Amino acid sequence: MLTKLAAGLRLLGRSVTDRLWRLGFASRFLLATLLYSGMALRRFGLTIREIYFTGVLSLIIILVSGLFVGMVLGLQGYDTLQRFGSASALGTLVALSLVRELGPVVAALLFASRAGSAITAEIGLMKATEQLSAMEMMAVNPIARVVAPRFWAGVVSMPLLAALFSAMGIFGGYLVGVQLIGVDDGIFWSQMRSSVDFGDDIVNGVIKSAVFGVIVSWIAVFEGYDCEPTAEGVSGATTRTVVTSSLAILAADFMLTAFMFRGA
Amino acid sequence: MNKAMLDLWVGFFVAIGLAALLFLAVKVGTMSSLSNADTYVLQARFDNIGGLKVRSPVKSAGVVVGRVSDIRFDPENYVALVSMQVDDRYQFPKDTSATINTQGLLGEQYVGFDPGGDTQMLKPGDSIRLTQSAVVLEKLISQFLFNKAAEEPATTKK
Repeated sequence: MLTKLAAGLRLLGRSVTDRLWRLGFASRFLLATLLYSGMALRRFGLTIREIYFTGVLSLIIILVSGLFVGMVLGLQGYDTLQRFGSASALGTLVALSLVRELGPVVAALLFASRAGSAITAEIGLMKATEQLSAMEMMAVNPIARVVAPRFWAGVVSMPLLAALFSAMGIFGGYLVGVQLIGVDDGIFWSQMRSSVDFGDDIVNGVIKSAVFGVIVSWIAVFEGYDCEPTAEGVSGATTRTVVTSSLAILAADFMLTAFMFRGA
Repeated sequence: MNKAMLDLWVGFFVAIGLAALLFLAVKVGTMSSLSNADTYVLQARFDNIGGLKVRSPVKSAGVVVGRVSDIRFDPENYVALVSMQVDDRYQFPKDTSATINTQGLLGEQYVGFDPGGDTQMLKPGDSIRLTQSAVVLEKLISQFLFNKAAEEPATTKK
């Protein structure tokens, strides 16, 4: 009985220290990535190539999802608002919810599953096929050559993708609200403009998406670098990337929102 | 994929990303108006400010002429002290009255200026003497009901 209890405690203790160890390693890894990112900036072609794979290839999914999210917001928002006779506030509702929350968060979730998983799988496979070790043999630092460009590409792409998502969503809301349902065109835009503030809403949205960009890229490159060099290890790491970064995005979103929009 | 094509695509991506940001900045949001324009401060004391908030608009004849910059409780007179930043382009006579109005029945509240006929103008830092407090809807309704209840026995006597 006592030995069983001790075994359980030991297991618990090991899993806690294991997590703590991984967190520490991840932090050290982030620091190393930032330290060795000189090469990613000097040989900017490397980063450009990664921006193509993370940013440009995510364009389609971001644009299409943005459009549909905006269209759904237009429909649902109109349905609720017209009960209170304030369908004219539809523009405000669509724009504020997209710029403040949905744009950065949903774009980051999509980015994590579209680009983050790809980054993890790529780095993980490089590790499994010993390409990273080969680089070290040739005195090329794999963090500088492989990790840092991917990290910076994610950080650069994320705010742009979030802005595109928001813009596309507002266009979708406009399509449904104005063109389909028939909210007045002028009122839609003027209500939106009078209640969306550049400094308070849009800049904070961009800051949010930049933070999410750092989180997703960091988790993706770390999971790839840290994964077990087997087929199973790579698949597990890819899954962990998506799960961990989704949870981290939502938690960080809560904290950032609490700081930014505490209400006047 | 060759390098030129890659650069082209990334350039396209960055360009439309920045265009989306510009769209958000110009078409969707407004730079907080008056924040960089020259303003001067006026103050007014209200018995009750209702739901007035910092950054609520100040309007005259329906046009936004400024914003509420600060709301404080005056512990000596037990009234609310509202500071407003008014656009430098607009001057108001000394006997201007300030009222707290509501946009629509349940809309946001704003300060309305009704200019008087004085030849002297309000100077920066001046207080507006004539003020009218916010209409608190609940108070109005309870007064109305109270009056109704008081009337009731009189009508039954007849």
